[in-house]
Amino acid sequence: MKDAVLDISGLTTTFTIGGRAIPAVQDLDLAIAAGETVALVGESGSGKSVTSLSIMGLLPRRVGQVAAGSIRLRCKSGQTTSLTGLDPESLRRLRGNDVAMVFQEPMTSLNPVFTVGEQIAEPIRIHLGKSHRSAAADAVRLLGEVGIPDPERRAKQYPHELSGGMRQRVTIAMALACDPQLLIADEPTTALDVTIQAQILTLMAKLQAERSMAVLFITHNLGVVAEIADRVAVMYAGRIVETGPVQDVFDHPRHPYTKGLLRSVPKLGEAAQLKAQGRDLPTIAGNVPSLRHLPPGCAFANRCELATESCRAAVPVLEEVSSGRHARCIRWREV
Amino acid sequence: MLTYMFRRLAVGLAMLLALSVLVFILLRLAPGDPVAAYINPSAPLSPQALAELRARLGLDQPLPVQYLAWLRAALSGNFGYSIQRGGVPVLPLVLGRVGPTALLMGTGLVIATVAGIATGIVSAVRRNSSLDVALSAVASLGISSPAFLTALLGLYLFAVKFHVAPAGGMLTPGVPFSLTDLLAHLILPACLLSLGYAAMIMRYMRSSLLEVLNQDYVRTARAKGVREVWVILKHATRNALLPVITLIGSTIGVAVGGAIFLESVFNWPGMGLLLVDAVSSRDYPVIMCATLITGAGVILVNLLTDLLYAVIDPRIQVSK
Ligand SMILES: Nc1ncnc2c1ncn2[C@@H]1O[C@H](COP(=O)(O)OP(=O)(O)O)[C@@H](O)[C@H]1O
Ligand SMILES: [Mg+2]
Repeated sequence: MKDAVLDISGLTTTFTIGGRAIPAVQDLDLAIAAGETVALVGESGSGKSVTSLSIMGLLPRRVGQVAAGSIRLRCKSGQTTSLTGLDPESLRRLRGNDVAMVFQEPMTSLNPVFTVGEQIAEPIRIHLGKSHRSAAADAVRLLGEVGIPDPERRAKQYPHELSGGMRQRVTIAMALACDPQLLIADEPTTALDVTIQAQILTLMAKLQAERSMAVLFITHNLGVVAEIADRVAVMYAGRIVETGPVQDVFDHPRHPYTKGLLRSVPKLGEAAQLKAQGRDLPTIAGNVPSLRHLPPGCAFANRCELATESCRAAVPVLEEVSSGRHARCIRWREV
Repeated sequence: MLTYMFRRLAVGLAMLLALSVLVFILLRLAPGDPVAAYINPSAPLSPQALAELRARLGLDQPLPVQYLAWLRAALSGNFGYSIQRGGVPVLPLVLGRVGPTALLMGTGLVIATVAGIATGIVSAVRRNSSLDVALSAVASLGISSPAFLTALLGLYLFAVKFHVAPAGGMLTPGVPFSLTDLLAHLILPACLLSLGYAAMIMRYMRSSLLEVLNQDYVRTARAKGVREVWVILKHATRNALLPVITLIGSTIGVAVGGAIFLESVFNWPGMGLLLVDAVSSRDYPVIMCATLITGAGVILVNLLTDLLYAVIDPRIQVSK
C-alpha cells in the first residue's frame, strides 16, 4: 500500500519455550493508511496481541522475538522507519510518541499510585519536552477531549476513584497525548459494559476522524468490527486467513472460518427464536490447534466442512480473490 | 484521619494494659525471688526479717492486689523503685535508656531498609543472573544465621582481630563527647543489627518487585516510552514498596529482640542492657517499666508505618 502509516510484511513472531521456537504469528502482512481503521479479529490465542506487541517492541524479553519480516512505520517527521531493525533506545522514543497503545484492562492498566493527570502528562514531558506545568495543562485539555466532565478536578484524582469507562477514557487520552501517527487498541472495550462500549467506540471514531490517525483495532467481537472498522483482517492460529473491506467480508466471506465466525454471532432475537425451536446457536465444531502442534497444511482443516486432502498437504497462500480482498483458502470459490 | 489516629491510640493503650498484665503474671510464675538481691550471703536473714522485707515490698499480698497497686501507682506516673539499685526511681532510669536504644535501633533500621531495598531492586531486575544468585545466597545466610553468632563473629572480626571498631560501649570513657566517637561506637553494632533485617527486606522487596513488574501498568509505562530505569524506579518500585513497609512496621518487635541481645554483647547502655540486668536480678519494677516503654515504642512505630503507608498508597483512606 502506498502512503501506509504502518506497513507490516512477512512478520513472524516466535516464543522460545523449552528451547523450541513456537510461532505465535506467521507470515503476517498488514498495512494501514492514515485515517484508516483496520480491525484484527480472531479467537483468543490467535496471535492478535502478539502482533501488537511486536509492533510496539514490547514482546517479553528473552522469550518472544520477531523472527522474520519487517514492520515499517511512517513517523511524525514524515520519514519511514523500520521498527524491526531499531535499537531499543530509538524504539523507546517512538513509543507513546509516533505509535501509542490502549490496552484491554482499564482497571489494571493505570498505575494506582499516581494521579491520572500525572500519568497523561508523563509522555508529553518525555517526548515533547514540555515543562511539568504545561504538560499538566495539556493533560487537563486531553481529559476534556475524551469526554470526561470536570477535567480539572478529575486530573487530580487517582485511578481507583474513576469508573471502568472513565479509566478507559483516561488511557485513550494518555495514548493520544503526543498525537501519534498510529494508535493500537487491543480489545479496548472487551472489559466494559455494553453501553459504555458503545460510548468508547463513538469516542474513538470521533478522535480518529479529528486526527486522521491510522488505527489498528483488535477485537474478537464482530459487532464492534462492523461499527468501527474500514477493513478487517481475520486471524486464525497465528495467520491471517482473510482480509478485505468490512462490508464485503461480512456479506461474502471467502474463508470457511470467517463464515463460521459470522454465523455464530447471534442476531437480535435469533437466540430466543432458536431456543424456542430447541436448537443450539451455531458454533464452529472442534478446537483451535495448539501452536506447538500445528498441522502441516491449513490450520483450520480439522474443523472445516470443505477440507480435502490437498488442504492438509500444504498451508494455502493468501490469495487475492477480488480487488483488495484476500483469502487463505484453496476452495474460496465454494465458500 | 484524626478519629482513626485516636482509635489506633486507644487500641495501643489497651494493648499496653494487656502487656502489663501478661508480664506481671509471667514474672511471678518465673522461678527466682527478688528478695534474694537484698540478702547478703555471708549474713543470712532470719525468716522473720525476710517476711518483714516481703511485706515492705508488697510481695506478701495476693497477685491481683499487687497488680492493682502497681497499676494505680503507674497511672499516676510512679513506676516504683528499683529493688536492685537501692531504691532509685524506675521511670527516670528507664527513660534515660530510651535515647541510646532508639539511636542504635534507628540506625540499624535505616541501614537495613536502604540496603535491603536497594539490593532487592537489583536482584529483581537482574533476576537469575549470577549477581541475583549471590545476593540471594547472602540473604539466606543473613536470615538463617542466629543473631548471637553474627554479633559475636562481628565483634571478634572487626573489634578484636582488625581493630577497626571499638569493642563496646557508646562513648569512650573519660573523653569529652564527640560525634565521631559516638559514630565509631555505633557503626558496628548497628550494622550487625541490620544484617538479618536487611536480608529479610531484600527478599521481600525482590519478590514484591517481580510481581509488580508483571502488572499491566508497568507495560503501560513502557508503552508510553518511559525510560526503563524510570519504569523500575518510579512506576514499579513505588508499588512494590507497599508490602515492604508493612513488613518493616509489623516486624519491628522482632528487631527489638535483636537489639536487646546486641546491647548486652556490645555493652551498649540502652534498654536491652538494663532489661538483661533487671531480669537476672528479678528487679520486677524495672522489668515492668522497661517492657511497657519498649512496647509503647513498638506500637508507636507501627502507627507511624501505617500512616506512611497511607501517604504512599492513595487507595488507603485512613479516615474510614
Ligand atoms: N508470554 C508468552 N509466552 C509464551 N507464549 C505466549 C506468550 N504470549 C503469547 N504467547 C503465545 O501466543 C499465542 C497468541 O497469544 P495472543 O496474541 O495473546 O492471543 P490473542 O489473539 O488472544 O491476543 C498464545 O496462544 C500463546 O501460545
Ligand atoms: Mg489478546
